[in-house]
Amino acid sequence: MPEVREPRFKLGETAWCPGCGDFGILESLRAALDELELEPHRVLVVGGIGQAAKTPQYINANGFCGLHGRALPPAVAAKMVNPALTVIVNTGDGDSYGEGGNHFLHTIRRNVDIAHFVHDNQIYGLTKGQASPTTATGQVTHVQPSGSPSLPMNPLMLALAMGAGFVARGFSGDRDLLTHLMIEAIRFRGYALVDILQPCLSFNKINTFAWYKKRVYRLDETHDPSDLSGALSKAQEWGERIPLGILYRREKPLWSDHLPHLAGVPLVDRQPDPAVLQALLDDLT
Amino acid sequence: MDYNLLLGGAAGQGMETLTVQLEAVLKRVGFHVHTTHDYMSRIRGGHNFSQIRFGDLPLWAPSSDLTGVLALNPETVLIHQSRVCPGGFVLVDEGLGLTGPDLLALPLARMAKGLGEPQAIGSVALGVMLRLFGIGWEPLEAILNGLQGKKDLRSPNVEAVRAGFGLVEPRYDPPSPAGEALHMLNGSHAVALGALAADMRFYAAYPMTPSTAVMTYLAEHMVETGVVVEQAEDEIAAINMAIGASFAGVRAMTGTSGGGFCLMVEALGLSGILEVPLVVLNVQRPGPATGLPTRTEQADLRFAIHAGQGEFPRMVIALRDVADAYRQTQRAFDLADRYQIPVILLSDQYLADTRRTVPILPLRITRGPRFISDASGLEPFSYRRYVITEDGISPRIIPGQVPDQIQCVDSDEHDEWGHIVESSVQRVAMADKRSRKLAGIRGELEEPLFLGDPEAETLLLAWGSLAGPMREAVSLLVDQGLPVGALIFGDLWPLPTGELEKRLPRALHRIHVEQNGTGQLASLIREVTGVSMTGSVLKYDGRQLTPVEIVAGVRKAVTSHA
Repeated sequence: MPEVREPRFKLGETAWCPGCGDFGILESLRAALDELELEPHRVLVVGGIGQAAKTPQYINANGFCGLHGRALPPAVAAKMVNPALTVIVNTGDGDSYGEGGNHFLHTIRRNVDIAHFVHDNQIYGLTKGQASPTTATGQVTHVQPSGSPSLPMNPLMLALAMGAGFVARGFSGDRDLLTHLMIEAIRFRGYALVDILQPCLSFNKINTFAWYKKRVYRLDETHDPSDLSGALSKAQEWGERIPLGILYRREKPLWSDHLPHLAGVPLVDRQPDPAVLQALLDDLT
Repeated sequence: MDYNLLLGGAAGQGMETLTVQLEAVLKRVGFHVHTTHDYMSRIRGGHNFSQIRFGDLPLWAPSSDLTGVLALNPETVLIHQSRVCPGGFVLVDEGLGLTGPDLLALPLARMAKGLGEPQAIGSVALGVMLRLFGIGWEPLEAILNGLQGKKDLRSPNVEAVRAGFGLVEPRYDPPSPAGEALHMLNGSHAVALGALAADMRFYAAYPMTPSTAVMTYLAEHMVETGVVVEQAEDEIAAINMAIGASFAGVRAMTGTSGGGFCLMVEALGLSGILEVPLVVLNVQRPGPATGLPTRTEQADLRFAIHAGQGEFPRMVIALRDVADAYRQTQRAFDLADRYQIPVILLSDQYLADTRRTVPILPLRITRGPRFISDASGLEPFSYRRYVITEDGISPRIIPGQVPDQIQCVDSDEHDEWGHIVESSVQRVAMADKRSRKLAGIRGELEEPLFLGDPEAETLLLAWGSLAGPMREAVSLLVDQGLPVGALIFGDLWPLPTGELEKRLPRALHRIHVEQNGTGQLASLIREVTGVSMTGSVLKYDGRQLTPVEIVAGVRKAVTSHA
């Protein structure tokens, strides 16, 4: 008989709509953390505000639910000072690409070792159905009754253009692949983005489970994730066919690789050195 | 006895270097020094100047009376000549072709060129000025040699100083040396050093005048001190990073000026509801919006007290002078940690940029009572981050450091576990828990500093960096036969009321002195005590109030109220 292992990570009761794509993402996250044999007290899950951003509430790891759009800055800082933590940001497309767009750009540049899982349902859920940065042009909502007049953002293209070292796309309806992508993203040394397509049953009647199911396909071994132009080309594929998998993976120097004074004892464990401070004061004479 | 020198010219003429050199020499001779900077928001051209006061007693404020001017361009002469006292001088290069009373036109450039060092014109001028004040060559040469190779200042050219020294004869009696060891620093460096002494490990900020010098100093010393100094993409990121770092277990801080503080306001409330300790520095400058970027004002007091939606405990502390800034910054970290609150430090451009000598700063490293728990004795996974306590303080643990204990923090209202709730009972329980911390905070408050005559029927009220100018103003008023007392506030929110309750009832004249246009301290005191002021001295042109201006304003306020 195969050994049945009690999962370390447990899930709590959620406030999500029945059938929400967030459930699949949460299950995959739990499976990924268990597979990696991480300890709950060494995992920090960070969210902003939104339905996806409630994820830290529903899994027994450390959780930080901050402000709308501001999930990345505290996540990055926590990793900088307490690197023993595995830091994972789980939050939505509005949080990551809209309100927090500037942090998205600069978190990629910073390349701190965190994983960023964007629950991308192409709509605002918590505020009941307005266009998100990834909503298709022309898609009708209560606030965009003539159809969204703006171009949708392509987060994968943007991340690649900004120099992200790990760029992947998952789908809440393909849990095995999503778990694999999460494991690889967490293992990756550096900032890792997984944009996760998910249906919003309540507010996005266009990009439904069936809509995605009909279009998504898994990238196979013919795709070379170390090739940036190939990745850029796959990142542009959208419409009839939508690729899932690791589009790009190449390690780059971490933020901390440029700061040797932070190597060794983590900042959270350091004690002040009176001699150093005395020397600074002596310099004032 | 003290003297006051003004060095003026266009941006880019090397005045900053010359100012640092001159004050370094004067301090090493043993004088007390007080240097203010007046600069425009531009990199080249314009009119910039610094004023260096030096003397045998501690100097607390700028003065408008000048002993001498070094004018590197004609504009400096035009603007400042009228402030030169009888017997004073205006030193210029003879090449400027200027003539007039007090003018001391000397071949500064020619001497420098003769030495093959045309850039050393400032060193020649340095020699002239030091000689005028009767400083001997031998001690001077030793000081100049001691300055060589100091990394924070470009060394004066000793030969050029000697050349300048030979151009004039002594004209003024030198003050007596202070006779005690002194530190010299500005308000920005004092804040940075206070933070380091508090074991701060994380500073994130976005560059903004006049707050940037704190970040620059910390960055210069980040390697030996082991600190993260991160230039964030904006002030919103900076404060959210500081909160994340503090949550993750280190002492963290962010700093900015008013415009950046505006952007930080939502996260200030985040620190409040997450109960994550945070220190925020606001180096005030005149607003609104961009205002006067390089000048001074104290107009963010009300803003700092009320910033953020909803209600949460916080402290607002104004820094009064460089020694106070060093001590209070350190204290701010202790208070933030103990009560798990945001503490806002209010500085301003005047304090941030003013360098002065102070008695040696003590080294006392604190990590304060951090209320960090090891959660010992708890069942696995039973730690509650927001456990309801009598004093409102829930023991923190550092994530990752206690096996089988986790914590959740949430900007939504939450239960003891940090999980989102909307029940009215739990909301009130958690809001009350946070509010109970205020009782402890009130017990920590420092009463304002009292200066002057305790029996005087005129009471002056001021806060923050006006402490220095107020010290001199109070002495001047007492000397002139107008007895006054003065309260100078550091802790402002919650407002300490002990001294106010004691002194306001007996004060016939109650005059607030503030570097703003609406009298924000006066309105705060009225709100808390019900007592109104009888007169005011307000200034909001971006230039620091001087003791002489305060004296004139107080006299006028007393007369018009009588």
